[in-house]
Amino acid sequence: MTDILNALVLLSNFVLIPALSYGSQLALGALGVTLIYAVLRFSNFAHGDMMALGTMATIMITWGLHAMGVSFGPLPTALLALPFGILIAMAVALVTDRAVYRFYRKQRSAPVVFVMASVGVMFMYNAITRIFIGTGDQRFADGERFVLKVNEFKELTGLDQGLAIRTSQLITVVVMVAVVAFVFWFLQKTRTGKAMRAYSDNEDLALLSGINPDRVVRITWILAAALATIAGVLYGLDKSFRPFVYFQLLLPIFASAIVGGIGQPLGAIAGGFIVAFSEVMVTYAWKGFITLIVPADMAPEGLVQLLGTDYKFAVSFIILVVVLLVRPTGIFKGRVI
Amino acid sequence: MSFLAGTNMTGGYGAADILHDCTIAVDKGEIAVIVGPNGAGKSTAMKAVFGMLKLRQGSVTLDGRDITNLTPQDRVQSGMGFVPQTNNVFVNMSVEENLEMGAYIRDDDFSGTMDRVFDLFPILKEKRSQPAGQLSGGQRQQVAVGRALMTQPKVLMLDEPTAGVSPIVMDELFDNILEIAALGIAILMVEQNARQALNIADKGYVLVQGANRYTDTGEALMANPEVRKTFLGG
Repeated sequence: MTDILNALVLLSNFVLIPALSYGSQLALGALGVTLIYAVLRFSNFAHGDMMALGTMATIMITWGLHAMGVSFGPLPTALLALPFGILIAMAVALVTDRAVYRFYRKQRSAPVVFVMASVGVMFMYNAITRIFIGTGDQRFADGERFVLKVNEFKELTGLDQGLAIRTSQLITVVVMVAVVAFVFWFLQKTRTGKAMRAYSDNEDLALLSGINPDRVVRITWILAAALATIAGVLYGLDKSFRPFVYFQLLLPIFASAIVGGIGQPLGAIAGGFIVAFSEVMVTYAWKGFITLIVPADMAPEGLVQLLGTDYKFAVSFIILVVVLLVRPTGIFKGRVI
Repeated sequence: MSFLAGTNMTGGYGAADILHDCTIAVDKGEIAVIVGPNGAGKSTAMKAVFGMLKLRQGSVTLDGRDITNLTPQDRVQSGMGFVPQTNNVFVNMSVEENLEMGAYIRDDDFSGTMDRVFDLFPILKEKRSQPAGQLSGGQRQQVAVGRALMTQPKVLMLDEPTAGVSPIVMDELFDNILEIAALGIAILMVEQNARQALNIADKGYVLVQGANRYTDTGEALMANPEVRKTFLGG
């Protein structure tokens, strides 16, 4: 019996909790991608670098706050800087829309033209981020590192296996729940949110109903920039900030949005967790877990790790390809790309 | 001068004209129906009146005011409602939300208007929280008409409201349209089901190749042997 409990604790510590926080980060990223897709009808390849840019702004403000001697007690100072980072990201997104995407909207360009334009924007954001903060690794998490330490857990329960919950993981999940609840409330209950859904549903009829398309587009960028920055800062607090890693995050984020059904906010959330759990479970070495739950003579010799962590992106790729082949609309019947 | 009038309209989508000197008019509380063979420019004439087509010649007036240069959105603001033939509801939104979006330009309390739409289409009240995309063809048309009524228009324009619905549902929809006209709203519609539409019409316009061929009361057109033979199948 204790073995099974130990096994569950082990699983929680190395799979459940990390995947939950990684999934939350992906879900927030995918939510932004899906909103842009629903309203502006293109896959925004610059979303990963928008995350990097917003996070960079937040980190710099965090440093500024440190320099002024401000801290947030047990919580990371970056949370205080986050609102300002979000504002900067919103401004950048709105300027980009005005300078780049609005031109193509007026031309009524094909979606693929928008996608290519967003690739250009991606490189620009990419460069801006690197000019300001460089290409290296930045760790900006401060405050209390753990909510629950391994030793504390062991003393508390008397189990062999330990369980640790990092502050960043708890913050990630709490913030994700709050942000997702807000976005859904906004989309379902407010006049502006409904106008956004109407515009996404049937552009011509929305125009006929007097919905101002420019306003809908602006609100969408504002939401997407905020979501990107929040996702980026949470990811950075949880792991670390490196511009290239954020660029790579684009793949699991798109996989999440597409698995869930692109254009469907609920799908983005579900997709984020599906991708995160698949990635973590496939790259986890199951030896310890299996040893605990099977009789001693059946314990595996190898690590029972399906894929090395270096190959974790392969998981997103496989999910992406399988979904596009088998069910292109995703779980929640989004649009077909 | 009629309440809504498109006078001597000439124009098309590209270089070639589709409408040639076409005139359509309707008064408050009246039903005007545009009929004619396929490709006669019926929908085009309607779109021209609503400002979705650039006119080279002619004018459109609403209540004596020249609205020829207004955008469709501005025409909605000035009291015109338009129900497109296809894609005329927000399929992923509930019936109630569809009606709310219809009232988007209104800043006042529109719950009274919504109640009146529900009185007109009781089934919609029952299905108010269902996505409009899950409704039957006839119910969807009701949502579409209801959405357009939410701005409290003085003119309601319907592009083939009965396309693709069963004969029973078609009769119901025509009954609804009569009720709406009785509220004092001017109704202009394009119809494929010419015979049934002319039956309820105060005024009928038979278009051929973008020009007026016959214009008369619905009754007179039904009685006209030439119209019967050529356009109503005998």
